[in-house]
Amino acid sequence: MNSSNQSKSTRSQMRSRQQQIAPWIFLTPAALFFSVYVILPIFQSIWISFYAWDGIGERQWVGFENYIELFDDYRFYTSLKNNILWLVLYMLAVPIGLFIALFLNQNIWGMRFYKSMFFFPFVISQVVVGLIFTWFYNPNFGIIGEIWQFFGATPPSILGDERYVTYGIIFAGLWPQISYCMILYLTGLNNVSSDQIEAGRLDGAKGWRMLRFVILPQLWPATFLAIVVTVIGALRSFDMIAIMTQGGPYGSSNVLSYFMFEQALSEYGFRMGYGSAIAVILFLIMLIFISYFLWVMYQDEKRG
Amino acid sequence: MANRAVKIFSMLAGTLLATSAFASELVINFDDPNPAPKAGFEAAVEAFKAENPDINVTVNINDREAHKTAIRNFLSANAPDITAWYPGNRMAPFVDAGQFEDISDLWASDANLSSNFEAIKPTMTRDGKQWGVPYSYYQWGVYYRADIFADNGIEKPTTWDGLLAACDTLKGAGITPFTIGTKYLWTAAGVFDYLNLRTNGYEVHNGLTAGEIKYTDDRIQETFKNWTTMLERCSFVDNHATMSWQDAIAPFANGEAAMYVMGNFSVAAYKDAGLTDDQIDFFQFPEITPGLARAEEAPADALFIPSGAKNKENARKFLSFIAQPEIQGEWNKTIGQLPPNSKAPINSDDKFIVQGFETVSTASGLAQFYDRDAPAEMASEGMKGFQEFMIKPERLDAILKRLDKVQMRVYK
Repeated sequence: MNSSNQSKSTRSQMRSRQQQIAPWIFLTPAALFFSVYVILPIFQSIWISFYAWDGIGERQWVGFENYIELFDDYRFYTSLKNNILWLVLYMLAVPIGLFIALFLNQNIWGMRFYKSMFFFPFVISQVVVGLIFTWFYNPNFGIIGEIWQFFGATPPSILGDERYVTYGIIFAGLWPQISYCMILYLTGLNNVSSDQIEAGRLDGAKGWRMLRFVILPQLWPATFLAIVVTVIGALRSFDMIAIMTQGGPYGSSNVLSYFMFEQALSEYGFRMGYGSAIAVILFLIMLIFISYFLWVMYQDEKRG
Repeated sequence: MANRAVKIFSMLAGTLLATSAFASELVINFDDPNPAPKAGFEAAVEAFKAENPDINVTVNINDREAHKTAIRNFLSANAPDITAWYPGNRMAPFVDAGQFEDISDLWASDANLSSNFEAIKPTMTRDGKQWGVPYSYYQWGVYYRADIFADNGIEKPTTWDGLLAACDTLKGAGITPFTIGTKYLWTAAGVFDYLNLRTNGYEVHNGLTAGEIKYTDDRIQETFKNWTTMLERCSFVDNHATMSWQDAIAPFANGEAAMYVMGNFSVAAYKDAGLTDDQIDFFQFPEITPGLARAEEAPADALFIPSGAKNKENARKFLSFIAQPEIQGEWNKTIGQLPPNSKAPINSDDKFIVQGFETVSTASGLAQFYDRDAPAEMASEGMKGFQEFMIKPERLDAILKRLDKVQMRVYK
């Protein structure tokens, strides 16, 4: 009796210990990779940003000099300004994605085909999107050139003019981003409860009021996700710029991530320390958003 | 019986020893997979193999842009025995980091290197030592549409005024005088180099890229004054900031533009675009300051031995092999460029090569190109400045002041 009781208690102890250990075992590979490929490089970058280093020779400790130079560098402010432009204008992807999702959320023949067509730009590579838009914008043989010439006007050189170039690239970047947001909303719309719509309808809500007070609140998880991916997408915009302008003309379409690449890793870039300083600043900017997002998620979790 | 076994064993051991003693390796990383450069390089390798059957040569050919990024990794991680790279300041970071092998001894002892490479030796030299062997170089200058010039009764210009007059005539005929594509910036540096070499000469140009002369210096201001004149009276194609150098061939090929400041590697691309030998020709960038000794732009391509190489003896053997006049002559005939060995034969059927040889061999000084003469960071900012100036000439003062600031930081 006594012994069987004991064995039962050890068994349950073992089971509870198993339950304690199991999550850690499952987490280990991910945690390992995350720390080696994400956490460690963050600290390495911060560390390197205090050195003058060409990536191959001797490192030389320079303290905060890279940061002092950075805050006195007009290229940094150009890139920062462009990053803010990206952030603001990229947000358009969220409402436009919602609009298209609402439009596509009906049951008519062939809807799957239209949906996949709208989703298409997200599937093709950013490089291809960049190339296509580079051709669109070409004033000599692109579609923009054709349209302007049809009306007898001189076409603007969108990617060659510092006034338009960033807007041109953001517009190209919006195309795949809109379809990303659209797909998030389409899945969200699947989960909108028909009971509540019915109830709302009985209460006399329709059109805008229905959308605003019944549907949108239920779409909050999708909206939140769409905002998160769009903010992060805007801050790490890199491929479009690399393909379409390489930051040009004369650096006027640079953003922080491309500026960092240019300084540290491109053909003429041998300034690992300076590049790391840019990376650290970009990381701090991202940290603001990431902490906000995490805080929101935490609040949501607490509410259950 | 036992005796026989010993015999066989010793024979076996002998062959094994022999192979391990004679079969050695040579790994070469080359940086141009385009048809002609690849064929020229591979022919040289084949010739080397025929002469050294005991050396097992492995060749890795990478894309030029990829090679530029990869070299930083493979030099320290997995060094080949020979790698393609560029002389001048482009080799400086690797030389300074001790990643290239000092081959001054080869330059001193080799019959070819010690006597037939005088003109190009300074660009292969850093800290008084030589670091690589050039296999090819090419002239820069003005490539023009001979047929368009003939149609408008324009002669090859030899003076600055002649060039400006030719531009006037071309513009009168509705043709943009110059094409250029500055998306990747360096093409603008070619124009700057020539204007500066012709306005101020080799010494001043060298002083500028060596950080001894400021960009706001009166002499450099003079260069930009000439450039302003060129922008106004000659003008370049619109939208050049969105075009690569290859894109810029389109207006040249379809007759919208008549001249192109370029290197000789571009000739093949003109022909690919449908132009024939009769339609295109070459002239030296015309004189600006009368009586100034004529210096030219002549970038070289070279091969280097990484200090981490495993078969340095074989690598030296190969470099010495490709310094020979016949090998250099054959190689450059294939790729349509000039052999750095002054005793090497040139392809006299190619009018561009003949003129290029004439241009370069009579020059008083050879510049390597802005992005090889100036350190990387200066070059990148400088070229951005040139592009900005071409689009917004009114910002000249601000641009030059900015370049001074970069210069002060880079050369300290």
